[in-house]
Amino acid sequence: MKCLKIRKNKSLLSKERCEIILKITDIKELEKKAIQVRKGIIEAVYSNCSGHPGGSLSIADIMTVLYFKELNIDENNPKWEDRDRLVLSKGHCSPALYSCLANRGYFDVEKLKTFRNINSNLQGHPDMNKVPGVDMTSGSLGQGLSVANGMAIAGKMDNKNYRVYCILGDGEIEEGQIWEAAMTSSKYKLDNLCVIVDNNNLQIDGTIEEVMSSYPIDEKFKSFGFQIINIDGHNIQEIIDAFDVAKNVKGKPTCIIAKTIKGKGISYMENQVGWHGKAPNEEQYKTAIEELGGAK
Amino acid sequence: MKEEKKATRESYGEALVELGRKNKNVVVLDADLAGATKTNMFAKEFPDRFFDIGIAEADMIGTAAGLSTCKKIPFASTFAVFAAGRSYDQIRNSVCYPKLNVKICATHCGITVGEDGATHQMIEDISLMRTLPNMTVISVSDDAQTKWAVEEITKIDGPVYLRLARLATPIIYNANQNFEIGKGIQIGEGTDATVFATGVTVAEALKAQEELKKQGIDVRVIDIHTIKPIDKDMIIKCAKETKKLISVEDHNVIGGLGSAISEILTDNYPCKLIRLGVKDAFGKSGKAEELMEHFEITSNDIIKRIVNFM
Repeated sequence: MKCLKIRKNKSLLSKERCEIILKITDIKELEKKAIQVRKGIIEAVYSNCSGHPGGSLSIADIMTVLYFKELNIDENNPKWEDRDRLVLSKGHCSPALYSCLANRGYFDVEKLKTFRNINSNLQGHPDMNKVPGVDMTSGSLGQGLSVANGMAIAGKMDNKNYRVYCILGDGEIEEGQIWEAAMTSSKYKLDNLCVIVDNNNLQIDGTIEEVMSSYPIDEKFKSFGFQIINIDGHNIQEIIDAFDVAKNVKGKPTCIIAKTIKGKGISYMENQVGWHGKAPNEEQYKTAIEELGGAK
Repeated sequence: MKEEKKATRESYGEALVELGRKNKNVVVLDADLAGATKTNMFAKEFPDRFFDIGIAEADMIGTAAGLSTCKKIPFASTFAVFAAGRSYDQIRNSVCYPKLNVKICATHCGITVGEDGATHQMIEDISLMRTLPNMTVISVSDDAQTKWAVEEITKIDGPVYLRLARLATPIIYNANQNFEIGKGIQIGEGTDATVFATGVTVAEALKAQEELKKQGIDVRVIDIHTIKPIDKDMIIKCAKETKKLISVEDHNVIGGLGSAISEILTDNYPCKLIRLGVKDAFGKSGKAEELMEHFEITSNDIIKRIVNFM
């Protein structure tokens, strides 16, 4: 199989990137940010005892790299026409998105505590009309890639340089619309589109294999015409390199398959499907915050 | 009403080309039915603004939603059964909830699709589309009205469902007829009865009006081209001014035009309404005209019901 192993394939990295190998301090900074993002996720689901911590924690590192390094966005101008776009197709992981947006400065981090409250704009699933920085409303699984395609096609029509990112779940890709959309991404040669599959291997009723195997994910997207990159979705350097490779792929879309751990970062949540859509109790909350290095 | 006949899908195809010339943000999507929906006329003149998404209606609606977030005005077309039926969830969650500027223009509505039969005869779309918040639902009856609607809906910043027919029906209006979204068109001043009609049944109502006149029965016809928001004032006015009310539609009687009128009457001026339409059944194969007779939505059915009233 000719799938890219990122660290072994430096030739695919851009020239500039090869010259400026990231300083270890940048990686450390991003790792620190990822902890802040995880804290925000825990605060959000704990505050109203509702939400989806497992899948939010599995994409926390990827979304941290996106929101604090990769995305060309402006928190003071959320609707900026030339901005990069992100569609969180697995919309139930809104805590990760909200935490990134809050930590980036789109709104006050304290607001995360209002998540899912009747008076809050932070809906259970992302609402583009209620939260600044949310590029697309999502929640009904399987619909985001089509929307991301539309954004990418518009970018090409208008000769814009923005990129479009779309985050899918490994269970979500059981939805047929994803594969309809994958054909569209390929037909229109959307090299300004980067799909990320959060491969945490767990969905509500069990493991991916048990419920309805979407494997082999990389082979599937490859056969649909995507450039494939396999990475460890918790290794900041690999995530950075993957986005960099994707930017230099021409004439076809890219799909990054990120091997992740559901509940990553909170010991008792890791690889536990029970934490897909359950909030921690007070004791569990305290443990989680402690494991993330305590408050602040 | 003229002798000349034309299907609203034809008018739609022509109007799209006109619109494309005037507005560069207009883009058109289809799902492998461009020849039948008539979007192929637009595709021919503007190949770079036309996207054939293939036999994948859900993806087409989602792609249209994405385009609309980047200031494009997408017109997404396929048969009504695939637009409103197959892609209902995409229309609900990716278009209506975020209130995106997507125009869903569905051809081949109702039993007048004809020979293709029940699987292709969409008689639930008005019902499905009008229940969605933020959605405007328009069902056009002739050439001039379709051409007006195609341009007019670009002035609405939000989702629109435009219902178009396969069957060629008589030209009703002059090119200079004035239309307004949300305002029914009253044809005739009769006070014996009101016939509310929409889409292909407007011509049937007008035929009935003419025949009834010969029998000394004077009815008015109301063309309800906007199903949502519906013309509440017009409905209440007609209920007050005329003795009998009847609605006729190429759609299931559950949830369609008759239901929408009933809701207004129930809330504001309770009175009887006779609803003609497909009576909670699926369609079947046959010629469009035969099917209209079978499902009792022709001018003769309207006449029969009104004479029985009198």
